[in-house]
Amino acid sequence: MSDDRHPLFKPLIFVGGIVFGFGLGFSHMARPEVVLNFLQFDDLGLPFVMFGAAIVSGIAFALLPRIRDAAPLTGDRYERRLKPFDRNVLVGGAIFGVGWGLSGICPGAAYASLGVGNVTILWALAGMFLGAYAQGYWRSRSQARDTAVTGAD
Amino acid sequence: MVTDPLALQVTAELFPNGISRYAVGGLLVGLGTVLIYIGTGIPAGASTFLESTLSYVSDQSRFQRYVGSRDWRVVFTLGIILGGLAFAATVQSGLVTSSLYEPGTTGQLYEVAGVTLWMTEVQPWRLFLGGILVGIGTRIGKGCTSGHGVCGVGSASKTSLVGVVTFLTVAIGTAQVVAALGVSP
Repeated sequence: MSDDRHPLFKPLIFVGGIVFGFGLGFSHMARPEVVLNFLQFDDLGLPFVMFGAAIVSGIAFALLPRIRDAAPLTGDRYERRLKPFDRNVLVGGAIFGVGWGLSGICPGAAYASLGVGNVTILWALAGMFLGAYAQGYWRSRSQARDTAVTGAD
Repeated sequence: MVTDPLALQVTAELFPNGISRYAVGGLLVGLGTVLIYIGTGIPAGASTFLESTLSYVSDQSRFQRYVGSRDWRVVFTLGIILGGLAFAATVQSGLVTSSLYEPGTTGQLYEVAGVTLWMTEVQPWRLFLGGILVGIGTRIGKGCTSGHGVCGVGSASKTSLVGVVTFLTVAIGTAQVVAALGVSP
């Protein structure tokens, strides 16, 4: 993971992003109203997007490690996305849920929303950066405090 | 074959815009993820971009851990924005039509240079306040709808399944309360 990556690394990420964003536009997930309609049970289409995408990626995640050892552009091993479980998953998930339920917007869909012409979404993007900064500021501080305490032992 | 009128009626009520646009859109979202994974081995989520991009402007230790991935995450996000624009310029503008796409009637359409663009009617305060909570929550909770919902669930990760159930349940509750309070749009 350094600067000597394959020259096609960024172009592939870019193309993947375009397909991803086109899909968010096509599925109307870039429209907060449609997400809110799902959360209010007026249109149950959203799970087809999330689980449809999860099934497609799930097939690739299951098959690729059996076909090849490592990815051609990075040399990284094919691994599943597994994150350790702790209380943060519940606390953060709940905060995310309140924000998602209030606004109908999540990060990927917000970027795509800007692309479909929704300039009002800049409010949500500004909010997301502010929120991400606030938690980063707070966690940097508490981490520094923790290391200071353990260092004193 | 005789179609069951009850089944059709239930489908029309639960899915007023049909199912195909959601299913096709979801397959494309998954395909974008798979393209990146095949080439790089990275199961990419969309929310780390928020923190990794902050590392350009902030020295906080929390953001510095993402310095190694921040450049490609900017490229990924620019791709997503451009993908949205590509959708607007083709399907949303009517240049490409498909029986799989149901246009819907939310928000406002407007035109710039022959491209049909779309703008939300959801109020800015909802977007801003919701955005702040999404920004805090997704980073504390280790993922968002694409990281947990697509890559994590695709990996059959228990952490991600718990994350998705948590934010889905809370979001449904929140949206119901907000609607019951008469906030619209």
